[in-house]
Amino acid sequence: MAGTLRKNWRGHREASQRGTEEPPLIKWLLIGAALSFCVVFLLLPLANVFAQALAKGWAFYWKSLAHPDSRAAIRLTLTVAAISVPLNVVFGLAAAWAIAKFQFRGKSLLITLIDLPFSVSPVVAGLMFLVLFGLQGYLGEWLQDHNLRVIFALPGIVLATVFITFPFVARELIPVMEATGTEQEQAALTLGASGWQTFWHVTLPSVKWGLLYGIILCNARAMGEFGAVSVVSGHITGQTDTMPLRVEKLYNEYNAAGAFAVASLLALLALFTLAIKTFLEWRQSREFARARTAGRV
Amino acid sequence: MGFTLVYLSAIVLIPFAGLVLRACELSWADFWRLATTDRALAAYRLTFGASLIAALANALFGTLVAWVLVRYSFPGRRIIDAMVDFPFALPTAVAGLTLSSLFAANGWLGQFLVPLGIKGAFTQLGVVIALTFVGLPFVVRTLQPVLHNLDREVEEAAATLGAGRLRTFVGVIAPTLLPAVLTGFALAFARAIGEYGSIVFISGNLPFKTEIAPYLIVMRLEEYDYTGAVALAVVLLVCSFLLLGAINLLEAWTSRFAR
Amino acid sequence: MSIELRNVSKRFGEVVAVNNVSFTVREGELMALLGPSGGGKTTVLRMIAGLEMPTSGDVLIGGKRVNDVSVQQRNIGFVFQNYALFNNMTVARNIAFGLKIKKWRRADIQARIAELLELFGLQGLESRYPHQLSGGQRQRVAIARALAPKPSVLLLDEPFGAVDAKIRQELREWLVTLHHDLNVTTVFVTHDQEEAMEVANRIVIFSRGNLEQVGSPREVYEQPANEFVARFIGVMNVLEPVVKDGVARVGELEFPAPGQPDGQKLRIGFRPYAVQISSDLTQYRYRAVLRHTFFLGVLLRVELELPSGLIVRARMTKEEYAHQGLEEGCEVSFQIRQYRVLAREEAPLQPELELPYTPPPILGENI
Repeated sequence: MAGTLRKNWRGHREASQRGTEEPPLIKWLLIGAALSFCVVFLLLPLANVFAQALAKGWAFYWKSLAHPDSRAAIRLTLTVAAISVPLNVVFGLAAAWAIAKFQFRGKSLLITLIDLPFSVSPVVAGLMFLVLFGLQGYLGEWLQDHNLRVIFALPGIVLATVFITFPFVARELIPVMEATGTEQEQAALTLGASGWQTFWHVTLPSVKWGLLYGIILCNARAMGEFGAVSVVSGHITGQTDTMPLRVEKLYNEYNAAGAFAVASLLALLALFTLAIKTFLEWRQSREFARARTAGRV
Repeated sequence: MGFTLVYLSAIVLIPFAGLVLRACELSWADFWRLATTDRALAAYRLTFGASLIAALANALFGTLVAWVLVRYSFPGRRIIDAMVDFPFALPTAVAGLTLSSLFAANGWLGQFLVPLGIKGAFTQLGVVIALTFVGLPFVVRTLQPVLHNLDREVEEAAATLGAGRLRTFVGVIAPTLLPAVLTGFALAFARAIGEYGSIVFISGNLPFKTEIAPYLIVMRLEEYDYTGAVALAVVLLVCSFLLLGAINLLEAWTSRFAR
Repeated sequence: MSIELRNVSKRFGEVVAVNNVSFTVREGELMALLGPSGGGKTTVLRMIAGLEMPTSGDVLIGGKRVNDVSVQQRNIGFVFQNYALFNNMTVARNIAFGLKIKKWRRADIQARIAELLELFGLQGLESRYPHQLSGGQRQRVAIARALAPKPSVLLLDEPFGAVDAKIRQELREWLVTLHHDLNVTTVFVTHDQEEAMEVANRIVIFSRGNLEQVGSPREVYEQPANEFVARFIGVMNVLEPVVKDGVARVGELEFPAPGQPDGQKLRIGFRPYAVQISSDLTQYRYRAVLRHTFFLGVLLRVELELPSGLIVRARMTKEEYAHQGLEEGCEVSFQIRQYRVLAREEAPLQPELELPYTPPPILGENI
């Protein structure tokens, strides 16, 4: 027994002497520091959402969610996502296609423009639409004359969301499309397939995972966007409050548990997004490994 | 192709042009006056100061987390790895809400920290905390692939020449990682400057004290002072573009070394 | 300094990478660790350096056991297969790295850098970065960096693996000269037997983690310890004749096998140089068609195809080939002078046997 122990200890000591490894003490200190950082900044905030949401019990939780204004907010968020995500998917496919498969002047400018919404503060993004469509805006009077409401109504919220979530699908697809190259499509075309057939049967299947990933990210951001939407929505309770805005309103009304109840749904959405993302990455690495073994044989 | 351009113009270019046009209607003097009120200056100071501190914290801890995730195996590694993207996925409003509740006097962390004089909610520190959370994934995610591709032989070469671990890290590994860390830092910084959702919950939004620039824009809008808001927005936009340029340069620099 | 391995084994989990290996590298020697990839030779080199720890057994440098000495303290120079240069440092700073750690004085460092730059023909490149150098230059910087702190032994892992064929030949000759000038104990790993034969004083041959033989190039070629070595060093014809009436036969070839039972399968090996060829069809016992000629320089390798389809590889000088007026497709007669009876691969080889001259059969009898 003592002999085994000593042998283990010796083995451990010798392993630590390898010149390219840190001593175990340092190693575990680093792991400890990184873990505590992650716990404080990742796990605790997440756990706190659910703990606070259920602080007043399940009954209150359900009541908060079932409140007509909360239901309206959930409905609005789903509507906004249902409109803006498909729009951006179509655009993302078109843009990625154009960038990955063709050479043209101003390509890098186009990429920069696609990335633009990433670097613009959401508040500034919201302001842009306000300047354009607001009452004092360039199109404000014209819109009012024709009795069209954009700002402080659904169209404004959708526009702001589309702007903010605009890059996600394209960004995910460009590298995937560039990697697959054009040979397969050219092969399909030589076999007599039309452009659309090629797109449906060759291009789309080869980018489906990247596309799904982009949709997931786009959707998460669309449902969770706060800054831009907050500027253009007008905060009309029960009408133009999305879920994040509803969270803020409940919080400002000192209804913390209610705010957290709505927030918990958004946190679940985030977890769901992460789960899908992890699954997709796992799948991709597995397919990659398989492709490599197949290539070797 | 045509569709791409039309859509891009409708969604990005026209609103953008609208803002710029609006700003151009201002005289330079008016713009300067609106963009540099005392309240605005205080807001810039907080926005940039807190963003800088948060981005620095992210550079430090992000490097640590990336290193630990790539180099060591320990229980829970895969979960932490997946969770790093959590701040990307979580709506910012929820992040601000839960962080402010965590650090409030009766919160899980606040109950220990507040007696020690560390007030994380409704203070400038709170702004830094929220921005650190929001920017956390950037450094980790830019650094991870670089660490993965790091040639172990180079570290072994340093060891055979007599260098200890610390020396190897400082002299050989750190210079290789630096461009990626800087890129991650700049990304986190850029994101922090524009951040709004998480801050409104945790900062308390007191003018001159805990009011950030994006919040001041919203305030101006609520006062129907569109021109004031536009002036502030232009300042933020210019900063974002400068950062974007810096990030692009950094990435070019990184790829030059990556070979 | 000398290097000694005593009963060294290394396991990675279940895999035995090095199995109970013992050998000595003498002071000032240029030693090659040779074997097919996965043979354990790189692991042996890394254990000498201290980059891997032996699972059991001892490593001695200069007569002292260094198992517990960290890689930093061993005072070895190691050249990695892909050079592992510090990309963020200039050539001069790469070379100076080890000296700074050893706390050399500034002036001494400068002098040492200048000395090495000259020795390695790298003058003028000192402020370049590794990505601005050619493969051969990187190789030399890597060796200069390893040698700068005056290590007691120099270890090189596949030093010529990553450069193209022409530079490789130059580098080989250069390494021999360098070793001659510096006289530092040097061990290098290679999978190329020609390289090992040409460069090294002595060779250690590995296969699947086992040490097969240690010896000078001449020893391992002329007295291979077993079939593995015999086949790995140089070319060997291996045939599997079957015994009948005390004679082992395969195709037309016959080897005496007195006392062996009928139906017994033998393994026979013979070197190409043991095959004698003549354009005079009446000179030797067997006939064959000269299928291919490979020009290797002064020596040629020829492939003979017997009427039964059996292939025999032989070697001859260019002069002899020309003198006899041979060419691809012509008919020749040949005989085998020496051969060995082979047992299992790792078993010690039987001594070489001489075959007496047998006159060719009378024409027509064979047809």
